[in-house]
Amino acid sequence: MHTLIAEGLRKRYGDLSALDGFDLHVPAGVIHGLLGPNGAGKTTAVKALATLIDVDEGTASVAGFDVRTQAAQVRRSIGLVGQNAAVDEVLSGRQNLVMFGRLYGLTRTDAETRAGDLLGTFGLTEAADRPVKTYSGGMRRRLDIAAGLILTPAVLFLDEPTTGLDPRARNEVWTTIREIAARGTTVLLTTQYLDEADQLAAAITVVDHGRVIAEGTPEKLKREVGGDRVTITVHDRLAETARRLGAEADEENRTITVEVTTSLIDIVRTLDDLGITVEDLQLRRPTLDEAFLKLISKEAIR
Amino acid sequence: MTTMRAGWILTRRELAHWRREPWGPVFGLLFSIMLLLVFGFLFGGAINVPGGGDYIAFLLPGMMALSMMFGVETTATKMAADAGKGITDRFRSMPIGSASPALGRVGADMTNSAAELAVLLVGGLAIGWRITSDPGSAALAVLLLLLLRFSMLWIGIFVGLTFRGGGATAAVQVLVWPIGFLSTAIVSAETMPAWLGAVAAWNPLSATATAARELFGNPTGLTGGVLADHAVWLALGWPLLLAAIFIPLSARAYRRLRD
Repeated sequence: MHTLIAEGLRKRYGDLSALDGFDLHVPAGVIHGLLGPNGAGKTTAVKALATLIDVDEGTASVAGFDVRTQAAQVRRSIGLVGQNAAVDEVLSGRQNLVMFGRLYGLTRTDAETRAGDLLGTFGLTEAADRPVKTYSGGMRRRLDIAAGLILTPAVLFLDEPTTGLDPRARNEVWTTIREIAARGTTVLLTTQYLDEADQLAAAITVVDHGRVIAEGTPEKLKREVGGDRVTITVHDRLAETARRLGAEADEENRTITVEVTTSLIDIVRTLDDLGITVEDLQLRRPTLDEAFLKLISKEAIR
Repeated sequence: MTTMRAGWILTRRELAHWRREPWGPVFGLLFSIMLLLVFGFLFGGAINVPGGGDYIAFLLPGMMALSMMFGVETTATKMAADAGKGITDRFRSMPIGSASPALGRVGADMTNSAAELAVLLVGGLAIGWRITSDPGSAALAVLLLLLLRFSMLWIGIFVGLTFRGGGATAAVQVLVWPIGFLSTAIVSAETMPAWLGAVAAWNPLSATATAARELFGNPTGLTGGVLADHAVWLALGWPLLLAAIFIPLSARAYRRLRD
């Protein structure tokens, strides 16, 4: 049973094909990552599933309701958190949540109780009665997410929820997202960051030019895009070291970048055997650029 | 029913804004008073009313109509702000009627404009303006003024939803001045060059201003013409026509709202 289904979605804006046969299947209760560069069609996909736009072709359903013919039921089953914090800046956090609760049909008492609960859950109780314009970026974002959770929706859409946040606020939001999923809400998370999808998502769909170019668990995708990269800076014998490691040398920076295919220990042992003095050694994930280049080139071959 | 309820909740959102930040609406009211004093005393002495009559008596209904028309700025600006920040998208993803956000604006802006009208009525009475007709006619004048504001609301909603950037609302803020002045709100069309007077007479604002003058029993500044003969009907017809055009356009803009 899939909570989110999209099949063959197409949407054109003039000459631009925002969605070009987009497919998605997300089971209930998981965090699913929708990963892709800017303009890949992630937001368009979310808007189509959240009933904000009509697609030209294809079918989609959310929580068992067809987005086209049962839009009202879909809207009762979802929470949407868009790219900008869509909260009222003049009102306090509490006033915002009470207002959205009332709009969802709660009575005043119920809306106030729910607002109090959500403010507590999201660590906003102290700031509850201050105007939102005094909130930090992370607090604003958490309030924004709280507003999407008033009815405990079956599906929560989070469109790039950490864009523009500092690392600490980003961590807070990540924790929040994990807690939401733990309570049974299906989360569709769009992101430009591979590590964000990796940290949170049970499965990832990679989109480019409105089409799915790869899909699977983070582990599977990482295997497809290759392992971590290690960048080694050496003092001398650059070319020889590079040859032994089977990698290209960067003469200018005196560095060698190696893909970690088996284990880092093997690489370190090779360096040790050679008696190389290592000045610096940095391990990092493949960047999104590297991942996309790899995935897109695979797609082109297929 | 639920659409109306959601509209009322969104109206109350605006009322909550005024409680939190009262300077915005208070400044709006002071601005109306300032404009009234500038035209009543600074320019008024130099302006003659064709057909006779006191300028203050002529000015007040015009000032009220002008203030109703200037309301389009508020509507467009606030609508654009919500649309630009994604708040309108959030509303669109919620189980509320698609007319609710617009109804919220109607409730808030009509309240605001009714307050402005009340301030101008009291301010006018304080500087010597008088209603010389019967209460029924005066009430009709007030209703026609509010009807003009209602039609302006839908223009504002359409502009705000269609051009979400600050540019279009800035354009509205600049354009209301020439459109407002190219009418009989401040001066009679009969003092203008003939072609300009004709344009001014066909300005919907002139219809409401002239109708309000007739109904309040104030000098109209007109000695003849279509506007003088049918002001009340024109003041009814123009806003209804504008609303009939801009309500469907606004509904379409709301449905098609997207990045």
